[in-house]
Amino acid sequence: MAGPAILREVKLTLPMAPDMEIAASKTATALAEFMRMSPDKIDEVRMAVVEACINAIEHSQAPDRKVYLVFEVLGEGEPEVLRITVHDEGRGFAPEAVEVPTIERKLTAARKRGWGLKIIRGLMDGVEIDSGTRGTTIVMTKARG
Amino acid sequence: MSESLNLTVDRREDLAVLYTEGYINNQAGEEIARQAYLLLDEGFKVLLLNLGGTKIVNSIGISILIEIIEKMLEIDGRLAFCCLTPTIEKTFHIMGLAQYAGIYVDEGVAVDALRQPASSPSAE
Repeated sequence: MAGPAILREVKLTLPMAPDMEIAASKTATALAEFMRMSPDKIDEVRMAVVEACINAIEHSQAPDRKVYLVFEVLGEGEPEVLRITVHDEGRGFAPEAVEVPTIERKLTAARKRGWGLKIIRGLMDGVEIDSGTRGTTIVMTKARG
Repeated sequence: MSESLNLTVDRREDLAVLYTEGYINNQAGEEIARQAYLLLDEGFKVLLLNLGGTKIVNSIGISILIEIIEKMLEIDGRLAFCCLTPTIEKTFHIMGLAQYAGIYVDEGVAVDALRQPASSPSAE
């Protein structure tokens, strides 16, 4: 059975350079506004996109030093879901092996970072991660309503 | 594409308020921490971070804010946040920051709360 139609699609390739995640967040904002998503939901999408890009930039060690993004507005006639795919061609990681951070542990730990996936999962409706030797792909979805 | 942070400080008799304007990333987080530690050196043990001018943060910047919270706990000081966007507040709750730093809707409420004897922080 076919899924919802792609009503609009934007592809973006960003160099892994400082603050490039903001460029990605602006594209996400434009599409979410096109969908007439609420301002709070748009903010949540923006922050999730920022975190996904930062994860790629900080951890992927991708030889091409690029992040590939696809933004898709899905729906049957009316825009219903924003799907954002963030891909890098880096070394990959085992998502199940990533420790879920807690504030109690982080407060006393030397390394306070490592919150990206938790934030993304907390802000988006759906998150799927596929990672291996050919890189990492994170697919995030947010419904309009 | 540089998204720099403007940081200003208001030193009051019993606390200091730090006002941020702009994206809180790693550099901005470091700048906030540097300023916070200067204030601690000056004797301020109660700090309020007014994020009213910040619409987006990232987890690296927030991680540096956690370092400040850790420092405040060490010295038995108090740190609170106010004027957060709903998404930044939601993110702070996802991360658990609200357990260790007060989160207040506006500056007046925050200042009033910080002037009260210390109790467990909670969202207001």
